[in-house]
Amino acid sequence: MSEEWEPNIIVIACNWCTYQAADLAGSLRYSYPPTVKVVRVPCSGRVEPEFVLEALINGSDGVLIGGCHPGDCHYKEGNYKALRRFKLLHKLLTELGIEPERVRLEWIGGSEGLKFAEVMKEFDATIRKLGPNPLKR
Amino acid sequence: MALKFAFYLAAGCAGCEMALVDLADRLVDALGELEVVFWAPTVADIKYKDLEAMPDKSIDVALVDGAIRLSEQEHIVKVLRQKAKILVAFGACAAMGGIPGLANMHTKDEIFETVYFKTYSTDNPDGVVPQTKCVVDGKYELTLPEFWNEVKALHQVVDVDYFVGGCPPHHEHVAKIVEAIVSGNLPPKGSWITDGKSVCDVCPRNPANKGKTREIVKEVKRTIEGIPDEDRCLLQQGYLCFGPVTQGDCGASCPKVNIPCRGCGGPLPGVKDFGARAIASLASILDDSAVDQLMEKYPSLAKLFYRYSLPVATINKRR
Repeated sequence: MSEEWEPNIIVIACNWCTYQAADLAGSLRYSYPPTVKVVRVPCSGRVEPEFVLEALINGSDGVLIGGCHPGDCHYKEGNYKALRRFKLLHKLLTELGIEPERVRLEWIGGSEGLKFAEVMKEFDATIRKLGPNPLKR
Repeated sequence: MALKFAFYLAAGCAGCEMALVDLADRLVDALGELEVVFWAPTVADIKYKDLEAMPDKSIDVALVDGAIRLSEQEHIVKVLRQKAKILVAFGACAAMGGIPGLANMHTKDEIFETVYFKTYSTDNPDGVVPQTKCVVDGKYELTLPEFWNEVKALHQVVDVDYFVGGCPPHHEHVAKIVEAIVSGNLPPKGSWITDGKSVCDVCPRNPANKGKTREIVKEVKRTIEGIPDEDRCLLQQGYLCFGPVTQGDCGASCPKVNIPCRGCGGPLPGVKDFGARAIASLASILDDSAVDQLMEKYPSLAKLFYRYSLPVATINKRR
């Protein structure tokens, strides 16, 4: 892992909000780092903690889960479930020795293309500061 | 012809061997078809060198209970793997690391510091810690096995043919396993021997089994808080129970005596990471304030969610 290292960031985005925001960021020509790979899921409530662990163990340097703002979930309460899971997972990962900044939950609405781009830039910078994920196989 | 049978206790408590002995008269019946060629250190007086001298693949079935913590245990399971046609990780420790596996939250130095210096009852003015070798009277060399930096489950050291959960496995389940072994009616290699049902599925308290609906849980209690109502689901009363994600080959033994499930039965088929799935399932039934309470009341989530499976957790950087 010399100076050639580039972060590998997985964004798990809900179909109705964060993924739409990613789309909008593209339409509006907002740029964000190419280190970000977006995976679309129906709802942030679909994201099982195992997905995050799998991403980390398979070489992702950071994982961001994106969902609708509270109250906006297409399935009414999937994002609340995502938040409850995330809180527990985040504390668990910290206990297991993962830097808490590597895993993040963010609410990005469908109209927030700019926010999507900004969050991605910020997250990319955070991960660059942390360096490569030491768990990488 | 009798099946050649071996049983080895690694880093465990011999509870799994008790579970086999608990078969009582059924074990006596089965013993007609089993020839015990190795059962150390608890039952048969057979030395390691005798085991090492056996021809390869000469043992039909070998059970191992306990996790792998010492160099001695690693050596013996490697020998057993060579000598046995079928190797079974028997019980939670061999299959997942079990309770000894919780030590993976700490380094070897931390463990030695606590055990040989810090505990209240330790009196060690000379600062003696175990050495792997020492010479007595200038001529007798004594050895102790090496204490590894981490605890491993059996399959992290050698290939394992079958996994059995439980701490210890329930004797009714053991009876089924012994019958399966004796009759040769075994699932594909690499599987868990299980009915594949969850603890909730076989639990008499489960509201779904009584035709009632489950409600969102608003309060989390530890087992030391109050006495749970004996008829209602423990999870519904706020006592964290891992019944939804644990194999129920035990017949819900713990919930039946008012103790919530802690997951010794092993993950349900299809679950890769027990702790992560337990979080997924609990977060679905607890409300926001209950999750906050959980995080406040339990000092270590890792030791809660991976009570029996820390060595096989997807991620643990601390070891």
